[in-house]
Amino acid sequence: MSRPIATTRSMAGIPTARLAVWWIIASEIAIFGGVLGSYLMHRLAHGIWADYAANTNEWLGLTNTFILLTSSLAAVLAHQAAERGDGKRAANLLYATCAGGLAFLCVKAYEWNYEISHGMTITSNTFWSFYYTAAGIHALHVIAGCILMLFVAQTAKRNEELHRVEIIGVYWHFVDVVWIFLFPLLYIAK
Amino acid sequence: MAESIPVGHGADHADHGDHGHHEMSFTEKYVFPLDHKMIAMQYMFTGMFMAIIGGFFAYVFRMQLAFPGIEVPGFGVVTPAAYNSLVTNHGTIMIFWVAMPVLIAAFGNYLIPLMIGADDMVFPKINRLSYQVFLVSAFVILGAFFVEGGAFGGAWTAYPPLSTKAEYNLSGLGSTMWITAVFLEFVAFLLGGINFITTAMNSRAPGMKMWDIPMVVWMIVIASILFMLSVGPLLAGGIMMIFDQNLGTAFFDPDRGGDPILWQHLFWFFGHPEVYVVLLPAVGIVADVITTFSRKKLFGYKTVLYTAIGTGVLSFTVWAHHQFIAGIDPRMANVFTVTTLLISVPIAEMLFVYIATLYGGSITLTTPMLWALAFIFEFLIGGVTGIFLGASGNDIFMHDTYFVLAHFHYTFYPIAIIGTFAGFTYWFPKMFGKMMNEGLGKLHFWLTILTFNGIFLPLFVLGAAGQHRRIYDFQNYPELAQPWMQDIRQFATICLCVMLGAQLIFFYNVIKSWMSGPASGKNPWRANTLEWTAASPPPHGNWPEGLPNVYRGPYEYSHPDREEDYWPQNEPA
Amino acid sequence: MSDDHAAHGDSHYVKIWAYLLVFLIISFVGPMLEIQWLTLVTAFGIAGIKAYLVVVNFMHINAAPRFVTYAVTTTLVFMLLFFAGAAPDVMQSSGTNWIKPAWIEAERAYEAGEVSGGGHGEAAGHGDEHGDGHEEAAGAHH
Repeated sequence: MSRPIATTRSMAGIPTARLAVWWIIASEIAIFGGVLGSYLMHRLAHGIWADYAANTNEWLGLTNTFILLTSSLAAVLAHQAAERGDGKRAANLLYATCAGGLAFLCVKAYEWNYEISHGMTITSNTFWSFYYTAAGIHALHVIAGCILMLFVAQTAKRNEELHRVEIIGVYWHFVDVVWIFLFPLLYIAK
Repeated sequence: MAESIPVGHGADHADHGDHGHHEMSFTEKYVFPLDHKMIAMQYMFTGMFMAIIGGFFAYVFRMQLAFPGIEVPGFGVVTPAAYNSLVTNHGTIMIFWVAMPVLIAAFGNYLIPLMIGADDMVFPKINRLSYQVFLVSAFVILGAFFVEGGAFGGAWTAYPPLSTKAEYNLSGLGSTMWITAVFLEFVAFLLGGINFITTAMNSRAPGMKMWDIPMVVWMIVIASILFMLSVGPLLAGGIMMIFDQNLGTAFFDPDRGGDPILWQHLFWFFGHPEVYVVLLPAVGIVADVITTFSRKKLFGYKTVLYTAIGTGVLSFTVWAHHQFIAGIDPRMANVFTVTTLLISVPIAEMLFVYIATLYGGSITLTTPMLWALAFIFEFLIGGVTGIFLGASGNDIFMHDTYFVLAHFHYTFYPIAIIGTFAGFTYWFPKMFGKMMNEGLGKLHFWLTILTFNGIFLPLFVLGAAGQHRRIYDFQNYPELAQPWMQDIRQFATICLCVMLGAQLIFFYNVIKSWMSGPASGKNPWRANTLEWTAASPPPHGNWPEGLPNVYRGPYEYSHPDREEDYWPQNEPA
Repeated sequence: MSDDHAAHGDSHYVKIWAYLLVFLIISFVGPMLEIQWLTLVTAFGIAGIKAYLVVVNFMHINAAPRFVTYAVTTTLVFMLLFFAGAAPDVMQSSGTNWIKPAWIEAERAYEAGEVSGGGHGEAAGHGDEHGDGHEEAAGAHH
């Protein structure tokens, strides 16, 4: 069905979908703020947690950061292509972004598999509980982003609904920003 | 269940504008609707259904308290485990499945597009998804009563270790279902809330400036923002609790490196703003009702608005007053005492503004007006007793007594029940195109209000006498089993039974008025706001003849230059 | 930034991406010097810079109306508030009428050098040098 007239208005001076995605991001900040804030409280109180953190593999963390940053580049280039009306290129770049997300999840799966098989499981201690929970919530966002992106790419390919490319891009960049903070919190700060 | 209740029959077939180009099937119209009004009705009737369940729970455990050990008619003998499940789920259901869906989701969905002159919400499909997630969450929380071990019985605040260890709360799967249901419900309201905020920000009618937005829309939007900013930590905490219950993590277990007070912080960081999330829409409804029925401009529109925003900000700084005896840092308790006492200032200001609005107005005591006035009066009692409890020194004595219980029922009852009835009776003509029976409405009002005070005023006395909350049978405590105390308990329980019975009058009134009430016309209350310029009930798309423009604020009553005492927002000067 | 963010060529975004990678390398190398304050600066300072670059250049927050920035900032401030309100309790190992047995034990073990960084320890507090810090447990509530 077609859109209500309400959706096409923009009294606040910003397209409706873009406004909504920013509100979603605000609410996501609160979710990640809750879990990362709780983690930080424990982390700051416990010197020993730095030793636990030393067991995470910072090379894999580095690889994943690189992958996400690069996929973000693909997402913003897709947005640029969409602005120029080049739906085909936008779709392809979105597929590239998606591939980045997949690669991220593969690295994550390898890393978790390694850690779990070496006895560092979610129940080992509170550090590892937080480690798996925080990264797990983030990974769920990566998965959700990838799925949504496939839908957006599908319509963009036909040069329809090109404004969606920017919206999913903004969401993807947010997922990237969360990882930018998870990387030092879980991997490199010792 | 509720989604199949047909409402707004008649005009929905109008062929107009961008949608509705084909005859919609029953399923499309009533089960999976995209129309904001139908989704509002789904929320409204689901909420009312849940209210009946929550009320029934209250009836059962109050009977147990008044007449310990009797076979409660309609339920049977209440076991201690059943008692725990009932009080827990009474609290959870009344707040998350009654107050939230009715006050925010139902009124928000119904009123926001109509009051800002839009044809629908900006994201109708997300709106529908929001209700569906909510409905699933309702099934999950009720389903917990039918699994092995029964529903969760660790109190609605779900403090660990009671909530995380099955050997303490005696309900393994039930407690996981409880936290899952709460989680899903929050997701539903995040989806709905973002829709409300975006709609109100972006889709107002041409000419509707910031100060032309009706107060109830403002309040629902501010409430949605508060909800959105506060619920995140509890969503994270919910995941942590599910892991604690099922995976064996120890986030909240002090014996294995966790911290139970962390949960209390996560919970109350959301839990306290939540009070204002449900309060503000009720305050907004009352603003619209009292201006209409006192034929006066709202005294201090911007004052109410700014105090609402101030309340919202302050509400994020008071949460630990729920934890004064949890062993929190006493220095922090001082801080939270000060902020808690401070927050009564903006709320008092709002009540003063309403009293000033009433002053000198030509007041008509219709049923919605009675409810609105009752809100001001009863909420005042709730607010004043809150000041007792906000002071940490006093709270240490009062904590977890019936004084606290009576206090928050004096806030939540005016919000969720009185506020809802004010709004429902006020907008009933718009929703169904019929007038409600005033006589029955007033009878229902007086019975409900008198018995409500009959239940909770005595509980203040019991609480001050030291009666503790969440006790299955007071006969086990000699100092709490004195005859005068038991008399008061029985009095409160009888009042509750009368109050629940009085609701039958309401349902009879709704059905009778809906079937055979006099037609209301577009604007029975001669009110200014935009929804009264649409047909009653409004068709899909709200204004098939074209969306309205706005020329003035919503409360231009009794303007000296006009013959009529109201001045609709959409009428050109 | 401009509201015509589409005006940048693709090369602008590649440039930003290159900056991000440089910062990533710095933040990765920083901790290898094993200087605590430098680690904090490189790890979290650079995370802030990277996040800023992404938010401004990729998400175009400046092209959106000002209130968007305010909304996001407000959320962050509220999260700080949550931290400030909860941390004084959560970061203690004992308080009024309660202790956290596991935390106190782990603190002791850590100071005695008994705990390595392995998987199977209990969570530990690093010895609170200032002595008044304790972690908490409502468990021992009377």
